[in-house]
Amino acid sequence: MQRPFLILAILMVLAGLAYLLWGGLEENMVYFVTPSELRVKGEGAVLVPVRLGGVVKPDSVRMNGAVLTFDLTDDIQTIGVTTTKAPPQMFQEGMGVVVEGSLQPGGRFLAERLMIKHGNEYRPPATGEMPQEIYKSLERESDR
Amino acid sequence: MSPVVYLGNGAIALAIALSLFGILLFYASIRIGSPGAAPWAPAPWARAAHYLNFALMTAASLAMVYALLRDDFSVSYVAHVGSRETPRWISAISLWSSLEGSILLWVWVLAAYSALFVYLNRERETALFHWAGLILLVIQCFFYLLLALAANPFLPIDLPPLNGPGPNPLLQNHWLMAVHPPCLYIGYIGFSVPFALALSVLLSDRSDLSDLSDWTALARPWILFPWSFLSIAIVLGGWWSYAVLGWGGYWAWDPVENASFMPWLSATALLHSMMVQERRRLLPLWNISLAVLTFLLTILGTFLTRSGVLDSVHSFTESHVGPYFLVFISLALAVSLALLLWRGASLKGEGRIENLFSLEVLFLFNNLLFLSFLFVVFLGTLYPLVVEAIRGTRLSVGEPYFNQMTVPLTGMILLLMSVGWITPWGRGEPGRFFRQIRGPLLASLLISALFVLLGIRNPAVVILLFLSVLVFFVILFEALRHGGGSPRWGRRIAGLTAHIGALIVIVAVSLSSAYERDQEMALKKGEGVLFGGYRLTLDRVVAEEVPQRFEVKAVIQVERGGKPAGILSPQMNFYPNSREPIGSPAIRSSLLEDLYLTLIHFEKDGSSVSLRAMVSPVVSWIWVGGGVVMLGGLWSLISGRKKGGEGR
Repeated sequence: MQRPFLILAILMVLAGLAYLLWGGLEENMVYFVTPSELRVKGEGAVLVPVRLGGVVKPDSVRMNGAVLTFDLTDDIQTIGVTTTKAPPQMFQEGMGVVVEGSLQPGGRFLAERLMIKHGNEYRPPATGEMPQEIYKSLERESDR
Repeated sequence: MSPVVYLGNGAIALAIALSLFGILLFYASIRIGSPGAAPWAPAPWARAAHYLNFALMTAASLAMVYALLRDDFSVSYVAHVGSRETPRWISAISLWSSLEGSILLWVWVLAAYSALFVYLNRERETALFHWAGLILLVIQCFFYLLLALAANPFLPIDLPPLNGPGPNPLLQNHWLMAVHPPCLYIGYIGFSVPFALALSVLLSDRSDLSDLSDWTALARPWILFPWSFLSIAIVLGGWWSYAVLGWGGYWAWDPVENASFMPWLSATALLHSMMVQERRRLLPLWNISLAVLTFLLTILGTFLTRSGVLDSVHSFTESHVGPYFLVFISLALAVSLALLLWRGASLKGEGRIENLFSLEVLFLFNNLLFLSFLFVVFLGTLYPLVVEAIRGTRLSVGEPYFNQMTVPLTGMILLLMSVGWITPWGRGEPGRFFRQIRGPLLASLLISALFVLLGIRNPAVVILLFLSVLVFFVILFEALRHGGGSPRWGRRIAGLTAHIGALIVIVAVSLSSAYERDQEMALKKGEGVLFGGYRLTLDRVVAEEVPQRFEVKAVIQVERGGKPAGILSPQMNFYPNSREPIGSPAIRSSLLEDLYLTLIHFEKDGSSVSLRAMVSPVVSWIWVGGGVVMLGGLWSLISGRKKGGEGR
């Protein structure tokens, strides 16, 4: 007499969980796209949160007060990105970056996060990124 | 060629041979049956294979540490992760800073567990223990083959380089790197023993067990020990992420974090359901399945973190171990399922549920909740991988999914906990239950009201706080009422301790994640900015050269309430083997709150910096709580060895 009751209770818990999972998973998926893929989606992509990956287009980086704008490209399509987040130290033109945010109705991408894409293989720094360059202009701890 | 190369490869080859030899000998013992049935007993020789394997792997691991300390670049692993400039303590722990070395550490720990297990049970010459010894050798054999074929750290390098690149910069930043990985390994790998025991129960005739619940007594210490270490390892992993990565958080439902958490969830479910078998002779097959599941999840976790399917600091570089792990998981899963189906029917629980209001039913729901939790995490972790494999689109499941799902589950687990500690086995009495819950309920309502008055208004946080405080008072009243009188007191108070540790973690996580404040700020030299009750002033930007890297530090003066509160220097570290600098946050930690500063950007003339500043309440209690959970687990292990009487 008690067994069906117990099974019913277990089923109720599982049904509740399934219901939550159904909505939760679909709602919170963030797709990783390239500028071309985002353009193909057209209006359907507006205000949908995604991660957009590409290369920072040369000569496109502008710093206007706290607002940073640059163009992100995959060599086929280019999307203008706006963000108020401070860029990481090594952020520069020609670099692979990933931005998280969404396409705005005007066609620009508003980024809430800006990450530098790096592989797991550690490459030595290229010219211009050499740490010594940065280091030269700073006060040295040992000089004090 | 370096002698380390000979020693390492020799040890691996010999260990493979010894494992095969031991497997045959254990099998022969099982076929022979009772000792004395044959003129020659093979089991002691099979156990000797275990001891020798442990000795060999100890030698191989120490030889590798020696080669790392001596910068012997003619050994492939040293050439891969070593460098002359690396501080020596980091060189020594580089044993686990990349794939090959970490697999070597894995087999060392596995061989240690196996040798200890067969040694402690050397007097028990029965099929059950021979099967367990055999299965442990099969698992070892897989890892030895993996070392030899896909992840050999002992390859010779004919023209050794003069210097190496050094370990991954992220892994040479913090003392926790010396602690978190070994703890995780002791946790993860330890679940091989209960797995071996579970399959042995299915494979043997169990003539040496007086009844099935003996299995739980046998397996209990071998589950509690790794469980305690896995608990602290997960927390230490969060702490490492907090202290090193500079994003200010400690947990992001990242697949590698989930990989460590999933076996913990199933092992925790097992620790509870085992008690049902021990006390009520129910769920024998279920417990065996959970032991199998926990082991499979550790191998799955290793596959996820080590094969390179994920982008992570744990996946090191492109590696070839993925297919090996997939084959191993599939085989282990197939064999376990076949055995469960084939032999499982013989494992009938003898007891039955007498009443719905009883501890055994509550434990049933405990298992349901923990497994639901596990399923939620499993789905969120593997779904993106499956979609990518099938459709080729890359996606990630956001943190909100995990939080939406796990917060209610945590609440239900807390509710169950509060009821469970005052519900007896067999049949509970509602009248007595209400008398026991009245006091704690009143106390926790009052305290929650106080929290609300103090400004904590987030409904989810208030509910979790209320339930946590309720459980705390139930446990406290329970401890006060019983004193040292009850026969199972030692084990019970150890269990209470572990639960209090869990409560500390839950409360600290909910408060710190709901009430953290963060802000990005630009600071000019000499200028002060107010944030979260602190005044932050940039004093200067300095650079310093140390052997393995050089560092740029923003020296920030911190004032609180007009009084100086120390100096924080978030820094960026530039490594010769890395294009991007690796940040080191600076943290001012107290029991009430942490001030956390990350250097995002600095002007090359040192005139200004961009910082990310965070204030998170009670974060440090998470690490404390993790330690308390571990203590509770180990305490329970010690006190469980004495046979207690019935009743409570």
